[in-house]
Amino acid sequence: MTRKQRRGLMIGSGVAVLSVAAILVMFALRDTVVFFHTPSDISEKKIPAGQRIRLGGLVADGSVKRGGGAEVEFAVTDTLKTIAVAYKGILPDLFREGQGVVAEGKLTPQGVFVADSVLAKHDENYMPPEVAKSLKERGVKLGDGKSHPVSAPGSTAGDAAIPAPRKN
Amino acid sequence: MIVELGHFALILALVVAAVQTIVPALGAYRRDDRLMAIGEPAAICQFMLLFAAFLALTYAYVNSDFSVANVAQNSHSAKPVIYKISGVWGNHEGSMLLWVLILALFGAAVAMYGQNLPTTLRANVLSVQASIALAFCLFILITSNPFDRLDPAPVEGRGLNPILQDPALAFHPPLLYTGYVGFSIAFSFAIAALIEGRTDAAWARWVRPWTLAAWMCLTIGIAMGSWWAYYELGWGGWWFWDPVENASFMPWLAGTALLHSALVMEKREALKVWTILLAILTFSLSLLGTFLVRSGVLTSVHAFAVDPERGVFILGLMVVFIGGGLALFALRAGELRQGGLFAPISREGGLVLNNILLTTSCATVLVGTLYPLALESITGEKISVGPPFFNLTFGPLMLPLLLALPFGPFLAWKRGDLRGAAQRLFFAGAVAVVAILMSYAMASRGPWLAPFGIALGVFVMMGALSEIAHRVKLGTAARDEVLRRFGNLPRSVVGTTLAHFGVGLMVVGIVATSAYQSETILVMKPGDKVMVAGYELTFKGVAPARGPNYREQVGSFDVTRDGVPIETLYPSKRIYDQPPQPTSEAGIHASWRGDLYTVLGDAQQTGGFTVRIYFNPLVRFIWIGCVIMFIAGGVSLTDRRLRVGAPVRGRRGEAPQPAE
Repeated sequence: MTRKQRRGLMIGSGVAVLSVAAILVMFALRDTVVFFHTPSDISEKKIPAGQRIRLGGLVADGSVKRGGGAEVEFAVTDTLKTIAVAYKGILPDLFREGQGVVAEGKLTPQGVFVADSVLAKHDENYMPPEVAKSLKERGVKLGDGKSHPVSAPGSTAGDAAIPAPRKN
Repeated sequence: MIVELGHFALILALVVAAVQTIVPALGAYRRDDRLMAIGEPAAICQFMLLFAAFLALTYAYVNSDFSVANVAQNSHSAKPVIYKISGVWGNHEGSMLLWVLILALFGAAVAMYGQNLPTTLRANVLSVQASIALAFCLFILITSNPFDRLDPAPVEGRGLNPILQDPALAFHPPLLYTGYVGFSIAFSFAIAALIEGRTDAAWARWVRPWTLAAWMCLTIGIAMGSWWAYYELGWGGWWFWDPVENASFMPWLAGTALLHSALVMEKREALKVWTILLAILTFSLSLLGTFLVRSGVLTSVHAFAVDPERGVFILGLMVVFIGGGLALFALRAGELRQGGLFAPISREGGLVLNNILLTTSCATVLVGTLYPLALESITGEKISVGPPFFNLTFGPLMLPLLLALPFGPFLAWKRGDLRGAAQRLFFAGAVAVVAILMSYAMASRGPWLAPFGIALGVFVMMGALSEIAHRVKLGTAARDEVLRRFGNLPRSVVGTTLAHFGVGLMVVGIVATSAYQSETILVMKPGDKVMVAGYELTFKGVAPARGPNYREQVGSFDVTRDGVPIETLYPSKRIYDQPPQPTSEAGIHASWRGDLYTVLGDAQQTGGFTVRIYFNPLVRFIWIGCVIMFIAGGVSLTDRRLRVGAPVRGRRGEAPQPAE
């Protein structure tokens, strides 16, 4: 086998593997990617029930209801619209009313969001950046009163987005 | 005073790095030995200065000197001493100082142990290494100076994030950085080789041990981070395809490919251009990781503070080093002479396949990590790319890699015999088939593909052992002969076998724990019992307790198996004093079968507690596999060839052609 053929073979197999990978990536990006929405987005954009999305906002004050079992109900708000969320499991340590959260799951036809994972931030002053940004775009004032300000530069050591355990 | 000395040492290190960047390279260009000779003392001096700066910062932390802004923001006087020390790198400024300290350590090591390198190569390597240090010293001094003072000084510090107050995490960053930054040596050697326009086997023989040492530290560093996330975050998983995890995983994949391609270059002088490119890419991915983690574009445990100025600065550094490196590569790579020929079915061919699959899988991880960032900046849409993406892209690429792995070591250089290799792997294949049948017999549920995954891991493990068995003629030669051969095995062969065995073990652990994990969420009152994976847990109740800097609610579970008491588990919920932040501590019973993992949740109005109990089968295999890979690297580093032969041969090889 000549040097040229050898190189051709090497490049050919490299290209073959790369194109297989590219096809896989395209498929995966089409099917597995999860979009982020605020409660207002959901009412505006008519997100179909059953589609996997991430819902972000603040936990509405006074909305957290624990059932007899491990079920929890709460509401996520961006101060304009509010969506009811149902979740079964242990909420993250920093889950609290008035605090920013991101829940991942699906909407039911009745408009309840059934979450299978809930993320909160491991920091007192934290709000997920997606939430902070979309709240800001909607003109919601942050950092006054008892609401939680966006993490300022150099505020605390770690801002950890720790998802709650996932329910399978 | 000591803090100011540290600050001054950091500035001096910057100056020394500037000198070391310019003078030795100029010397190499002019063939001036006196100029080139500046490199070694400068490298050592630079390291000492940075070490002094680091000690000064550590001193400020240990003595809780809150007049230093960095200490006040990240430490607290009531913290245990070990976490005061680990707090030095538990924040952005301090961790960047550690980064550049390790960089200087590698530079000093080249200066001290590189006496046998050709002088021009050594001078160029030290110059490139110093240019990276120069850039990062500048970055620290301009955007993230850990020595900034506060006036007036606060009485008490803000404390370290409690989830970072953990033994494994105290050592995770230094090891990870040693790995990340260690690849800078490969980068510097690659750039030096491009500047000189030539490489040879001696070059690869030099680069390999450094890459291997960096790879070892990265392996154990990632494993430690994964282990920490497993027991500290309380959600029973060990890898989440979090962008920050990917940031350390990509250099690992590229570094693994580099280790294998450098082997071809060393043994056969082939794949030169590719190896040089891979060396540049591996360190580029380390820089990318540093950028992603340090610039605050990602949200995670590691994104300490968001400051656009820092992000822009690191982005600039990346453009200079990656862009410069690749541009130089494009200009000079054509001048590198090509090496030996080989057939597609050969050891070289196997290693090429390894490289294609590893770099492609690395590319898929890169796409998955950067795509959300790119999409958001272009369309403004926010998405998350999670485990399903990586399972669908990374997973399928690993299958052929693992399947082909055991064949590689059985193929001869230049032209291999695939059928012969397959015959020698007959035993390993048979054991794998048994593993499939056993998995089906033992697992009553779970995906039907899982037993094949486990068998693949077993095949890799047994294939690695088969190579040793074949080499020592196990079963064909007499016992004394087998033992003699075993004693004479080169350390690098033992290292290869161990590393591949570790990979197999890890695969078994990953498949078993992913496919057969069981999870139970329920509300328990004191006295309640529950059965999980053959264990009976009795909830005894919750009691308050007090730690050095936290209060906690400790639940206790008596665990029995077939009526025999095994252990009492104490999962707890903690509230730290400063910062006042809650964390969950899992209660874990570890065994070879798997881990029984308990998490205490919130109290219910009805008097019970939400409890989450996992059983993670064989999960320990994952980290044990990583530890075996780490040890394998160490064994390989002690190979005689690296200690004795290489430098001498290298010098002899260089001597006749200085005027080239």
